[in-house]
Amino acid sequence: MIATEINKNLENKIAVEMIPEFFRILHVQRDTQDTFTLELEPPKSGFTFAPGQFNMLYHFGVGEVPISICGDPAINDKLTHTIRAVGTVTKSMQKMKKGEVLGVRGPFGSHWPVEELVGNDIVIVAGGIGLPPLRSSIYYILASREKYGKVVLLYGTRTPNDILYRKELEQWRARFDMEVHVTVDRAAADWKGNVGVVTTLIQRSHFDPFNTVAMIVGPEIMMRFTIQELQKRGVVPENIFISMERNMKCGIGFCGHCQCGSTFICKDGPVYPFKAIKDILVKREI
Amino acid sequence: METLEPLLSEHPFIKGLDPKHIQLITGCASNVRFDAGQIIFREGEEADQFYVIRQGKVALQIYTPGRGSIIIDTLTDGDILGWSWLIPPYLWRFDAVATELTRAIALDGKCLRNKCEADHDLGFELLKRFASIVDSRLESTRIRLLDMYDSNGNK
Repeated sequence: MIATEINKNLENKIAVEMIPEFFRILHVQRDTQDTFTLELEPPKSGFTFAPGQFNMLYHFGVGEVPISICGDPAINDKLTHTIRAVGTVTKSMQKMKKGEVLGVRGPFGSHWPVEELVGNDIVIVAGGIGLPPLRSSIYYILASREKYGKVVLLYGTRTPNDILYRKELEQWRARFDMEVHVTVDRAAADWKGNVGVVTTLIQRSHFDPFNTVAMIVGPEIMMRFTIQELQKRGVVPENIFISMERNMKCGIGFCGHCQCGSTFICKDGPVYPFKAIKDILVKREI
Repeated sequence: METLEPLLSEHPFIKGLDPKHIQLITGCASNVRFDAGQIIFREGEEADQFYVIRQGKVALQIYTPGRGSIIIDTLTDGDILGWSWLIPPYLWRFDAVATELTRAIALDGKCLRNKCEADHDLGFELLKRFASIVDSRLESTRIRLLDMYDSNGNK
């Protein structure tokens, strides 16, 4: 009897979480040659999420993809996603226009522990398309800026043409209470910024390593080297958080597509304390 | 007379050296300044100095026909610019351009080479320190060779 009830509840939960809601596209922003941002209107107001969570976006007739939410968590009548056109679904989404409809399921997954970081220096390290999953946490921190110590954003990308949110980066850099460094892997001689891997920025940044929490998103190789550099500066593993990416499908830890060792990235992640995931991060078989 | 010794001895590259070696190095040091856009050295020129950047930014560039100058690295406050003075044939392999007003301490490579030949302890200490810089720049280059931000499914 009890088992039947549990099964029924589970079935209901799965049914609810597997059915997409219709979100209308309010605005399409072309960020770079292969990256674009969609602003979506929820069918009913009050879409809430925590920084670091993701949604499953369904382009009807094409397919569904997991995309991090990158808007301001304080705004709940608009949902923002920055997407890189790399596969069939995202390339098709890139062609979508204002007024068209996407299916949305979510929000899913764990989030950056922004509430618990109060009083600490914050170092945010983003590589490539790793900046969008961190943007909502930047909004959150800046909304209560006085509660945190130093805030440092380090962002590395391929070339100057691949820099995302350029205007916002300039605005953040212009603030007196935030340190922003951007670097690219290569550039022509007219580029006045940094050239070099993002990890080189860690030694140049100003923060108290013994009172610092780091949040990192980027390719896994970049995250590994970033963690090494942070540890060289004295940041303890307990204070390092990363966001993992795998082939998420159901978003509720049911299908197993994103299973990584004993953890399901869609349900237990994508945000993990480094200590909890460090063995998996170096395991070649996974 | 005030010397560059206090400045040099606090720099991470020099810090911890035997005081007599710091004195020797200071004897080869001079204060320099480069305006934004000024060329510090060019590929193929004699590499007779290296620099401890105190403040500013320097772009290391390589000229490629058809593409112009490409920046391969940038160096900033506290970084060491140049190790070609240590390795025969003592010629620069890249161009170095100050991208903003840059103040540095220039160290005479020829003078230091002679001092290193005469005092192998100093030579070994300097080589160890340069090896560490070469190691971190090589690591940075190797990571960039992966082209990890490409669109083939990587973040």
